[in-house]
Amino acid sequence: MSSDNRKYKWVGTRQIRPDGHDKVTGRAKFGSDFSLSGMIHGRVLRSPHAHAIIKSIDTSKAEALPGVKAVITSKDFQEQPAELKAAGEGMINYRDMTRNVMAREKALYDGHAVAAVAASTVEVAEAALELISVDYEVLPHVIDVDEAMKEGAPILHEEMVPSGMEVNGPTNIAKFVEFNLGDTKKGFEEAEVVIERSYKTEAVHQGYIEPHAVVASVAEDGQAQIWCCTQGQFQVRAFVAQLLGMPASSIRVTPSEIGGGFGGKTVVYLEPLATLLSKKAGKPVKMIMTREEVFRASGPTSGGSMTYKIGATKAGKITAVEATIKLLAGAFAGAPAGPACMCAVAPYDIKNVYVNGYDVVVNRPKVAAYRAPGAPISAFGAESIIDELAKELGIDPLELRKLNAAKKGTQAAYGPTFREIGYEETVDIAMKHDHYSAPLGPNQGRGVASGFWFNIGGESSATVNINEDGTAVVISGNPDIGGSRASLALMAAEELGIDYDKVRPIIGDTASIGYNFLTGGSRVTFATGLAVVEAAKDAVRQLCERAAKIWEVDAEGVIWENGHAKPASTNVGDFEPLSLANLAAQAPKTGGPICGHNAQNVQGAGPGFATHICDVEVDPETGSVSILRYTAIQDVGRAIHPSYVEGQIQGGAAQGIGWALNEEYIYNSKGQLDNPGFLDYRIPVASDLPMIDAVMVEVPNDRHPYGVRGVGEVPIVPPMAAVANAIENATGVRMSALPMSPPRLLAALDQADIKEAAE
Amino acid sequence: MAKHHISMTLNGEPTEFLCSTRQTLLDVLRDELNLTGSKEGCASGDCGACSVMVDDRLVCACLVLGAECDGKTVESIEGMADGENLHPLQQKFLEEAALQCGICTPGVLVAAKALLERNNNPTETEVRYWLAGNLCRCTGYDKIVRAVMSTAADMRENAK
Ligand code: FES
Ligand code: FES
Repeated sequence: MSSDNRKYKWVGTRQIRPDGHDKVTGRAKFGSDFSLSGMIHGRVLRSPHAHAIIKSIDTSKAEALPGVKAVITSKDFQEQPAELKAAGEGMINYRDMTRNVMAREKALYDGHAVAAVAASTVEVAEAALELISVDYEVLPHVIDVDEAMKEGAPILHEEMVPSGMEVNGPTNIAKFVEFNLGDTKKGFEEAEVVIERSYKTEAVHQGYIEPHAVVASVAEDGQAQIWCCTQGQFQVRAFVAQLLGMPASSIRVTPSEIGGGFGGKTVVYLEPLATLLSKKAGKPVKMIMTREEVFRASGPTSGGSMTYKIGATKAGKITAVEATIKLLAGAFAGAPAGPACMCAVAPYDIKNVYVNGYDVVVNRPKVAAYRAPGAPISAFGAESIIDELAKELGIDPLELRKLNAAKKGTQAAYGPTFREIGYEETVDIAMKHDHYSAPLGPNQGRGVASGFWFNIGGESSATVNINEDGTAVVISGNPDIGGSRASLALMAAEELGIDYDKVRPIIGDTASIGYNFLTGGSRVTFATGLAVVEAAKDAVRQLCERAAKIWEVDAEGVIWENGHAKPASTNVGDFEPLSLANLAAQAPKTGGPICGHNAQNVQGAGPGFATHICDVEVDPETGSVSILRYTAIQDVGRAIHPSYVEGQIQGGAAQGIGWALNEEYIYNSKGQLDNPGFLDYRIPVASDLPMIDAVMVEVPNDRHPYGVRGVGEVPIVPPMAAVANAIENATGVRMSALPMSPPRLLAALDQADIKEAAE
Repeated sequence: MAKHHISMTLNGEPTEFLCSTRQTLLDVLRDELNLTGSKEGCASGDCGACSVMVDDRLVCACLVLGAECDGKTVESIEGMADGENLHPLQQKFLEEAALQCGICTPGVLVAAKALLERNNNPTETEVRYWLAGNLCRCTGYDKIVRAVMSTAADMRENAK
């Protein structure tokens, strides 16, 4: 389904990814695979308390242990200003960041770093941790977002002043945001049906299989090199520079291959510690988190507590929506309350919408981005209540969505007016898909839900170097998590008119390529792709100039076609076309190296929409849910490498299913995490899932030369509600809290039985 | 403490190493023998990223001690390709994009190879249960399961 019929040679084909062979043979170097000679090993001492004043830390015994080369605590980090500083698209509070990487006045969550040691071996470093004595004064803690907002709740930051609202005295609310479109009072007056509900979601971890890892080496002259698994080498550089007071020019960060991130590797944990330890010890320092540390101290995304009110006419026109979305931020402000509010009902054309959100601190690790941050949470509420509305109105749930679908020209509740978008197409395809009409058996149910994500652009730089033999190297600056190098190479091959396997894409370190904002926001194939296309065009322009020089004609008289320079018309002259390889070989005598370059702050990301269909079977004896069939339909703009686009859709849906059914943090009464491992924090395994049918709709983004939209995030938005709606259809029981794990669902089923018996 | 002197056959080569009692086979492969293809995702037997074969049994290298491997035959991802030729599973994983970040891939490949050596015609359910110990957070398993099944089909075809 494409409204653009241009034919491409490479774009849209399924080539083998450039980094593939290294990854199937074990050659690829991930975060913890890197080593340097003379390297020592760092470990972190973490707070066992959810909330405690750190009265003192005595490291003297640890320092005296043979083999220990350096010990650091918060005393080794300079204080940071409390103001928000611009960093990429977001704002960073470095006062919080320095406290998150190393607790200062208080430990704010179980697992919060309080000291770090570098020693000749991991064993010695671990022994040294046991010799550090920390004098804690344990304070009452709070884990739940609703509890944290109550009067009398333990306060994490006495000095915190919330933005966007007035409060008397200390609070855990860091921020209040609101979005208003039209007049909801009027909208509810027009409504013939009004429904109000509350929903809750648990915090969940990104669950990347590769734990955080870093090697840092600081030389005596202060020059630092950092190798780490990150979604943004330039962010690591900026954060380490700020936290350690070093100039950016003295830090070179090389991203390793990255074993998953999903947003969770957009921040720093170990990097500043390893760099400081290396500086103190005068040796390279390697640090790797254990899985337990990953769970206790990194990520997750917010948990949320929401109320929704929706009104509609009997004919199914939604007239008003009001929602309140409270998100837990972890120990420091920064829950994605804004995006959660903005995405809540973005797939719909609703004239009257009022949504507000709270960013609330609690004694948990500080949240990090996770695939479409905020949107899956608010969508769970919105897409559940829309399903209830459809039932109430007796309208098919997809029909109801179609009746209210946002289209080109619709003003979104969060402000902008949509350009070309493909939401309605996803609903149309869902309605016609044979999945939607397939028969269901006993205890089985089908659910649907939609989702929205903005996608972003941002700063990207790319270089296309034409090699002397007619091949090309594409240098960009975004770690490749799921095949983006292949997409960049495909677009470069298309532009240059040479074969895909003649283009070698590599990812530069922070000293080898201009600034790139991180891999996130589904931006790489879109924004960095645009920079690569422009850099390739720049190289082509130079190639045409060289041909003009050889032919002794004006450069305007030369065009580029199928990898050859040709005279634009017979008026220019009668010349044999010159191939890229030919021009590359002649480069030394026509003006020297041919290097295309582009750097820009890319605008015009096209939003992504998706509609998912999910079939479940519920075991009434155990409350366990099996996913029988799953179809995910998504507007992808244009799939540059269709296999990896499908992969994003399938992977996002699978993560959403895990979020829906099993994933949650279990804290004990002391506020300690009781399930910091993959055995008890259960992410979906192969036998939990069916095939996930990814259906790509291509409504090209008119702001990108190939029509690219970001694709990585929106697939995690619909699944939670799709599963909940399916469970409701299977059992008649509406689950309004995640996860819908067997004990919780069983309890709800029993409750419903009791109710039914009583009636 | 004295180290153990261990001899084993690794990817077909006689291999000797010294290890401490607490070092796992995974530690030995990665830290002593510099074979970093086997990955550590959990160190507790829950993720399968460290899957290797020991005497023809599929195991988590993080749950086996290096010192237990004396006289054993160990195969890791580094031994899967035959010189320049990828194993059919490796090739199929590339062609069918059965990896995204690739951190789970070595373990998944070792486990899938073990399956196909036992059962050259597995059902989808059999593949899913066999690979249930290999976590992948990126792919949703769809393309992995398909790649394993289509490799099995190719191998059956080639064996005819
Ligand atoms: S590292 Fe061995 S199973 Fe996870
Ligand atoms: S491809 Fe990333 S974990 Fe499997």
